[in-house]
Amino acid sequence: MNPLVDPVGVVHYLVVGAVLFTAGIVCMAVKRNALGVLMGIELVLNGANVNFVAFGSPVLRADAGPLAIDGPVIALFVIVLAAAEAAVALAITLNFYNNHSTVDVDRADELKG
Amino acid sequence: MAPILLADALLPLATADVSDAAVASLPKLLGLAWLLPLASFVAILFFGPRMGPHGRNAAWLATAAIVASFVLSLAAAGTWLGAHPVVGHAAESHAAESQAAESQGHHAEAVPASTGDWYTLYEAGRLKLSLGWYIDGLTVLMFVVVTFIASCIHVYATGYMHDELHEVTDHDVHLAAGGHLHRPGRFHRFFQALSLFCFSMLGIVIAGNLAMVFVFWELVGICSWFLIGFYYERKTASTAANKAFIVNRVGDFGMLIGLMALWGALGTLDFGRLFELVRPAADGHSLRVPDGMVEFAAVDKVAAVAGTHAGSPEAAASEVAGRIDGWRAEGIGRWLLFIAGVGIFCGCVGKSAQFPLFVWLPDAMEGPTPVSALVHSATMVAAGVYLVGRFYPVLSPDVLLVIAYVGAITLFIAATIALVANDIKRVLAYSTVSQLGYMMLSLGVGGWVAGLFHLVTHAFFKSLLFLCSGSVIHACHTNDMRKMGGLAKVMPWTAGTMLVGCLAIIGAGIPFVVGLSGYYSKDAILAQALSFAQVNPRHSILFFAVAGGAFLTAFYMFRLWFMTFAGSPRDHHVAEHAHESPAVMVAPLVALAVLSVVAGWKLPGGFGIEPLIEQARPAGTADGIDGGFLFGGLKIPAEHDSHAPAIHATATMTAFTTAAGGVLLAAVMYLWRIVSPFVVAAVFRPVYKFLAGRWYFDELYDAIFVRPAKGIAAVASATDRGFIDRIIDGIAWSAKKLAGIDAWFDRTIVDGLVNATANATWNAGLKLRGIQTGRLRQYVMFIVVGTVAIFVLATLLFRSGVAAG
Repeated sequence: MNPLVDPVGVVHYLVVGAVLFTAGIVCMAVKRNALGVLMGIELVLNGANVNFVAFGSPVLRADAGPLAIDGPVIALFVIVLAAAEAAVALAITLNFYNNHSTVDVDRADELKG
Repeated sequence: MAPILLADALLPLATADVSDAAVASLPKLLGLAWLLPLASFVAILFFGPRMGPHGRNAAWLATAAIVASFVLSLAAAGTWLGAHPVVGHAAESHAAESQAAESQGHHAEAVPASTGDWYTLYEAGRLKLSLGWYIDGLTVLMFVVVTFIASCIHVYATGYMHDELHEVTDHDVHLAAGGHLHRPGRFHRFFQALSLFCFSMLGIVIAGNLAMVFVFWELVGICSWFLIGFYYERKTASTAANKAFIVNRVGDFGMLIGLMALWGALGTLDFGRLFELVRPAADGHSLRVPDGMVEFAAVDKVAAVAGTHAGSPEAAASEVAGRIDGWRAEGIGRWLLFIAGVGIFCGCVGKSAQFPLFVWLPDAMEGPTPVSALVHSATMVAAGVYLVGRFYPVLSPDVLLVIAYVGAITLFIAATIALVANDIKRVLAYSTVSQLGYMMLSLGVGGWVAGLFHLVTHAFFKSLLFLCSGSVIHACHTNDMRKMGGLAKVMPWTAGTMLVGCLAIIGAGIPFVVGLSGYYSKDAILAQALSFAQVNPRHSILFFAVAGGAFLTAFYMFRLWFMTFAGSPRDHHVAEHAHESPAVMVAPLVALAVLSVVAGWKLPGGFGIEPLIEQARPAGTADGIDGGFLFGGLKIPAEHDSHAPAIHATATMTAFTTAAGGVLLAAVMYLWRIVSPFVVAAVFRPVYKFLAGRWYFDELYDAIFVRPAKGIAAVASATDRGFIDRIIDGIAWSAKKLAGIDAWFDRTIVDGLVNATANATWNAGLKLRGIQTGRLRQYVMFIVVGTVAIFVLATLLFRSGVAAG
């Protein structure tokens, strides 16, 4: 099989998800700005969401079952969790800025062993 | 003399109702008189130091309390005499008293005592303990005497003790650092103890049962301890206080045995019930062993009877009751009665300083002189005689014989020691012991009235003598008679009153006409002793002891007076400082001197102290007792027999000649100096040394009791230290060693394991902390690398698993 010529299916979505995921990881690993790291996290989560939706879609998979809402439901959970997590993370970042006048995560090494 | 007037006034009205109502008020009157000193004691105890400057007002409070007691006692005496007038005896002169029948009739009507309980402490079955009263003429008389003398002494002491009102320098206490002891005055404390003492003494007098007597007996003992040890910083005083207390405990041990014999066999200590049991009214009040004691002593026979009536206690009890008279006739229980009597007497031996326990009294002179006068001559030591008198109906003839001999030995030994004593207070102390011996002897030979009469008269003149000696000591600051002499010129009042006291104690008087108080009481004792000697020729030595004692008394009393007051001063230093005492001290002397003169007299109406005591005579004791319970051939003559002219005249003449001889000899040696006392002492050197050494009783007791006791204590102490302590030390030592091993094991092995674990964990933690760099991006890298590594591993394992499968 050749993804470049085959009709659009699950594989293509998985490739997009993997690219998003990898981009997120790289963003997390290389950004020194805490907000950049948070964006990387969002990318990772949404990469996973693409996979969930793709696996759960009756359009893309014949064996997905008649109703097939489990994929989108889990994706919704992840979105809600991401929102909550973003709120907490932004609060931490704000506090961090108040204390250190910067959002450089490399300066946040006070918890080192 | 208010009581007499009251008595005469009430006489026509004395219906049964009036007299009963009057007698019913006596417990309240006397109870109040008894409790007032207690109130004073409590008040001074709590507020004494705050009563005026240096507690000066404590003296007034105590004096007011005792004077109020005296007034109440007088009122009680008036009430008693109103209800039971003293009559009849007046008509009989001593010479005209041969009508035995008439006098028997007179004696038979005994005046009933007023008895009852204020408060019951304990009651179970027939056993009962209570706070009660036993009031008869003797109680009332003793109340008046004790409170009167105590009042005099309180007044006197306010003057005598004034040194205690400010800082005192005690010249008899040498401090280790040099110099003398300085201490604050203890004025109020003296009066506090005096008040407690008066309360205790009155408690003994009014007590309705022996248990109550015993309680107050001990209270008197502790008061005596406080007062003898008043100058407790002085070694001699504190030792004397302890000696008095310990010697008295010896006697009290005997008393406890007597109490237990009575309580165990009869179940009561109540005077009224005891007298009824021992001298039943149905039997004409003649002495017999009570049923309870017979049954108690015949325990084997009672058990045998009970055995024959197994299962039927009522039948057994009725048979026992029926056979008690038979057992009594066999003599069962006589020993028990003897033990009870001798036991109670043992307590009296201690308290009244009789042989062999008299050694404490002379040492007790370490206390202040008012204490000597009140406690150790007039009242406390009289308690023993009083108790023998009170308990008299229960004493069997054998006990009386013991009492008589103890009294005789005491009076002789003490009189001989007094002959050579040089300390003025010690002479008086031995004189007291000797006179107490007289009283005991008198009671022992059946002279109940004579003994108690002498108790009362002696209380007056001996307190007078002691207060006089206190006045002398106050003036001279020494007790040593050898440094005195010629004091009559500077202290006329003291010398005069003391002369009255000396004349009273030797029984001076014009034979058959009139005399001082001692004349009457001493003659009565002599007459009774003579009467006893006539019916018991074997015991005639008792009479010679009394007669010889009278001679010795006269000698040593006038030796004392001549050495102190007559002649010229021996020590000019002392003589220059001597002065008459203040009025507050002289007034009691005069009051007591007057009473020492008149106490033996009878008023025209027939009233007197002797008839009052005669009226209080316990039922049945007027008759003599023929035959001892244990010692055969013993006969206690009726006291009335001693009034027979033949006996009485002999006794009076004996008393007069012996006393006159004693005074004469004293005058020859100490007034006119015809014979030098030093020559006499040199001629009879061994005797003199023996007497001056006080018969070596202290040394004897030291050798017999004190040293062995100390030896046993030393052995016990050595055993304790050398043996018991060693064992215990050994156990402790091995326990300590064992604990050391245990501690080593704990520190090295147990703790070592725990510490090793902790160290390993610690080191691991130290090494692992390096991983925690705190860098967020590095963590992300780790996660990614870790995840990839897991995937790679999982893939490889899956592959190899497929290949193997």
